[in-house]
Amino acid sequence: MTAKTMTAHTATAEPATAKKSSFKWSTLVIHLIFILITLSMLVPLALVIIVSLTDENSILHNGYRMIPDKFSFAAYEYFFKSPDAILRAYGVTIFVSVVGTILSLILTASMGYTLSRRDYGLVRPTSFYVFFTMLFGGGLVPFYILVTQYLHLKDTIWALIVPGMLSPFYVLIMKGFMSKIPFEIIESAKVEGAREWRIFVQLILPLSKPSLATLGLFIMFNYWNEWFNALLFIDNERLVPLQLLLVRTMNSLDFITSRPEFALVMSNFNLSNFPKTSAKFAIAIMSAGPMLLVFPFFQRFFVKGLTVGAIKG
Amino acid sequence: MKRGKFLKFVSRNGELFIFSLPAIIYIFIMSYVPMFGVIIAFKNYVYDKGILGSEWVGFKNFKFLFESENAYRITRNTVLYNLGYMFMTTVFSLAVAILLHEVAKKWLKIYQTAMILPFFLSWVVVSYITMAFLDHQNGFLNGWLEGLGFERVQWYFKANVWPYILNAVHLWKAIGFSALVYFAGILGIDAELYEAAKIDGAKRWQMITNVTIPQLTPLIIILLIMSIGNMFRGDFGLHYFIPNNNGMTYATTDIIDTYIYRALSELGDVSMASAVGLYQSVVGLILVVLANYTVRKINEENSLF
Repeated sequence: MTAKTMTAHTATAEPATAKKSSFKWSTLVIHLIFILITLSMLVPLALVIIVSLTDENSILHNGYRMIPDKFSFAAYEYFFKSPDAILRAYGVTIFVSVVGTILSLILTASMGYTLSRRDYGLVRPTSFYVFFTMLFGGGLVPFYILVTQYLHLKDTIWALIVPGMLSPFYVLIMKGFMSKIPFEIIESAKVEGAREWRIFVQLILPLSKPSLATLGLFIMFNYWNEWFNALLFIDNERLVPLQLLLVRTMNSLDFITSRPEFALVMSNFNLSNFPKTSAKFAIAIMSAGPMLLVFPFFQRFFVKGLTVGAIKG
Repeated sequence: MKRGKFLKFVSRNGELFIFSLPAIIYIFIMSYVPMFGVIIAFKNYVYDKGILGSEWVGFKNFKFLFESENAYRITRNTVLYNLGYMFMTTVFSLAVAILLHEVAKKWLKIYQTAMILPFFLSWVVVSYITMAFLDHQNGFLNGWLEGLGFERVQWYFKANVWPYILNAVHLWKAIGFSALVYFAGILGIDAELYEAAKIDGAKRWQMITNVTIPQLTPLIIILLIMSIGNMFRGDFGLHYFIPNNNGMTYATTDIIDTYIYRALSELGDVSMASAVGLYQSVVGLILVVLANYTVRKINEENSLF
């Protein structure tokens, strides 16, 4: 598909430029539309960044504005003086993302590989076993009771990792990737007497590096942005990931300001000056920042994964 | 003889089976075990007695659910919102994808990156953005309205504005990715078709209507049918965080997923939450199977199973 894509793209990019002279108006209109769309995407983000940098008194008098009377780094300064809560949340999120992605990739790759082997005797029942879970599920309540009362994961870091470890959808994508590996490679290795284990580790995994990377990105992205399990299972404030920190600060900043470490550091400052409103937005920026800086560069992987898996099956 | 055959089967497939075993065990515990938990929907669940010890009540939970107006409200909201999202995302991202195809490559990258940014934000972060606009006291929108001489609006208390807000927010977050999927579809169209159209003297607009759209139709239909299959599965994050879980707007923002979550975590009505969950799962299953059946009728290659 990629080769075709490339030719299609170069072939169509050419008339677009060649026709520039004869279709100036329509090109202009198209660009205007896209400039409008781009602005509508960026302005909301810019507003949040600007509010986080606005002086608290300016907010009190004028509300949130794109061009505030007075800028101030106060919100960020407070958090840099007492970064405890945020650093801990970063720590939890990073740990969960890294460990979760590794475990999830192991599960997904081994299952995806088994399903990609046409000569495997149990392909059909195993496929049904995996993909039936996409169609029917017990729902939230049995899942909640399972995790809290049978697996006893409530208020442990594993409550953030275990529930998202295997998605049948990703198995489907992995299977799609791996079935593209020529079967002859596996067959010739078998003829030479290689065991399945060696074939998988020494042949298949190195050949699947690009797809493992693509899927790993997907999974890491999900772990980074995960809040649902945290909302359900985490009460212990030492285990709060970034997204849950955001959920809690949405309703009150007390979650951060009432913590002993914060109070201790802030005892030298006047807490009534604490920039409550801009601080909220500063936290939002700090937790979304890495995501916005890193992931747009990987956008093509996301589409590749989705089109290969979902549409080409 | 049977024994010999079985041993041969094991020696042939045993190693591969062991590869799949971790995932099989994981899926059994996380997906199949909870399926038995649906019996809670037919019980009066009491924490101390556990699932098996709680008393059977038959269809009482369902009766209670469907006699209240909640069942109608959450079903209507879930389905209508999903239809709205489906329609808006398809139309707008298709239009954007077609226009993207007309843009030179260096601009394409800039526009694409800008449009995909919201996709990488969680609903929690997006809820901060919407709050920056809609907050009663400080919100950007109210400041603007006041500047123009209008009254401030208490957005978070007005139920009738939320269908528009939620559709707009959903489109804002989804359009970049969805447009990218359609754009990838357009790039996959055989370049010869465009060449042939050009030789026939087709204009830009004619190429779109006579080549691009017909060629994309299978992809559009598959994606549409897939979203019809998911009509009963709502977007919890969107409907929980963006309206700030405010009771004043439940009439227009509450969907099946948020209702289940509240029944479980706020009201502690485990049996009721479970009954709603089972209702969602069963109707969802029927819809997915029907959707898949339809896809299969059109094009067998594209069906899910």
